[in-house]
Amino acid sequence: MSTEVPARTQAKAASTSRHQMPGRESADRKQVTQGRWASVLLAPTLILLAVVIIYPVVNAIIMSFQKDAGLDTATGFFVQGGAAGFDNYAHWIAQQCNGVACPPGTLGSQFWGAMSTTFFFAIVTVALETVLGFWMAIIMARTFRGRSIVRAAVLVPWAIPTAVTAKLWFFIFAFEGIANKLFGQQILWTGSEWPARWAIIISDVWKTTPFMALLILAGLQLIPDEVYEAAKVDGASAWQRFTQITLPLVRPALMVAILFRMLDALRMFDLPYIMTQGGNNTTTLSILVVDQIRQGFNSAAALSTITFLVIFIVAFIFVRFLGANAVGAATSSGKK
Amino acid sequence: MSAATATATRTAEIPVRHKKYDWGMTRTYIAAAVILIWCLAPFYWMVVTAFRDVGYTFDPTFFFTHVTWDNFATVFDERLGNHFARNLLNSVIVAGITTIVALVVGVFAAYALARLNFRFKFAVMGFILGASMFPGVALVTPLFQLFTSIGWMGTYQALIIPSISFTLPLTVYTLTSFFREMPWELEESARIDGCTQGQAFRKVILPLAAPATFTTAILAFISAWNEFLIASQLSSDATKTVTVAIASFAGSQPHVEPYTAVMAAGTIVTIPLVILVLVFQRKIVAGLTAGAVK
Repeated sequence: MSTEVPARTQAKAASTSRHQMPGRESADRKQVTQGRWASVLLAPTLILLAVVIIYPVVNAIIMSFQKDAGLDTATGFFVQGGAAGFDNYAHWIAQQCNGVACPPGTLGSQFWGAMSTTFFFAIVTVALETVLGFWMAIIMARTFRGRSIVRAAVLVPWAIPTAVTAKLWFFIFAFEGIANKLFGQQILWTGSEWPARWAIIISDVWKTTPFMALLILAGLQLIPDEVYEAAKVDGASAWQRFTQITLPLVRPALMVAILFRMLDALRMFDLPYIMTQGGNNTTTLSILVVDQIRQGFNSAAALSTITFLVIFIVAFIFVRFLGANAVGAATSSGKK
Repeated sequence: MSAATATATRTAEIPVRHKKYDWGMTRTYIAAAVILIWCLAPFYWMVVTAFRDVGYTFDPTFFFTHVTWDNFATVFDERLGNHFARNLLNSVIVAGITTIVALVVGVFAAYALARLNFRFKFAVMGFILGASMFPGVALVTPLFQLFTSIGWMGTYQALIIPSISFTLPLTVYTLTSFFREMPWELEESARIDGCTQGQAFRKVILPLAAPATFTTAILAFISAWNEFLIASQLSSDATKTVTVAIASFAGSQPHVEPYTAVMAAGTIVTIPLVILVLVFQRKIVAGLTAGAVK
């Protein structure tokens, strides 16, 4: 019995089961068997993900270096394809259509517009959602009667399919719709650039702020009440408590929430595609890819690879420089 | 500060806090009401419009007026080219199979990530998280070409396979955080108390893991059910899912946007989800935020 206590601590350190007597060697062996077990258990998931994600992506990259079959507008001949080098990328990034600048109106000429629209939507929606979500989270963190009703209600916009959200707000923003009547306006919401953009932004904020609020709320609930009590005792004002305690302590959860939302917003498709069909400068990169698919796979593959890289770079910046440690948060041990 | 003065400050503070409390409460209730209205009013408006006569589409009356079931009849009217029953069935098939595959495969991976110690754990988790954030368009282009060339366009598997790309990572990620929170020591205790490994699994682990798995299934099902981008590109008329159908709906009058019918269709698609979400509210919130903050 006297060996029980050290054996336990050691067992915990090596994450082995408790009733064993782990000497150093048996702990190592345990690690090896656990490794084998892990690879067996993980194999189906990793193989399936390789088939449904890595294979198509590698395929897309290969496609992006091939010529699209079709009429060559310069010569009038039918081109069968073949290696294209970086032509498909130049087509989008340098706006080159068959060696000349892409004429306005073609899909090629819309690339930089779509890029800036995508980032505009992502930055504005995520900024609004963060502020609004933070506010909602602070309210929901308070103790009051009916709190669970509010927490259930915020799940409603989250659960509604985005396609339905798009149609719902399209109706709300119709010319004779409730939005114009409520505010005594006569705005053609989906008919011109800025109203259309704001209609999409408002719909997106409605739909996804709850997700943001719940993630921030979960972060807020990890802050012990005693910290606030202590600050109050020390005479910190409400604003000081917010900036000195709430913000720094909720920061890890907040950064992860912003990262998730940012990556989600950069691939925005459903709302603008259904509400405006990408008209009035609301075409995002995802919409441009989909528009391009039927005009040429390989060119679309190049564009989707660019989109993927852009999102990857943004994710990298967030994780590397802004400290959004999503993986760390997910792998660190559970109960705290 | 000595313990005595600390207690003194605390006691002195209580009446002050109590007075502030009531004023703060009023503001809290106003804020809660604003959140409730902001989240529920658009949804309420959809339901009201779904039950409103098409002639009063733009009637701004806030209550149920000119109530009719006609819009629901339009939704299912095959003569208008709407095949909503079929679309619903398609969505159930695609989202259902996707969820089952993701759960059956993902549960093993989640167990390994939550319970076992092995090299590259961090890398595997990173890969799975990255996969869940993967942009759908990057899959649509190569799959469009691949499925066209092997004749899979418009089949169920053409919708299920890409859906797995985002439901499986979500499933693994959520289940891992749930499993990590479970009291696995109980399994050992059951073994010590004389259970066989099988009994310990059936009587202890399974009942503990079932709610977590069920919650994860709901989250996976909702995300697959709500998918639009892939379904809009890779489905045919026969396999069209509800989200795609709603985006391109035919009404009783040609060339007029069938707002009321679309709202009726939206209501049909949304009500089951809303009920599911309200019933399992706590579990779903736990699942949504699992891993992101802990």
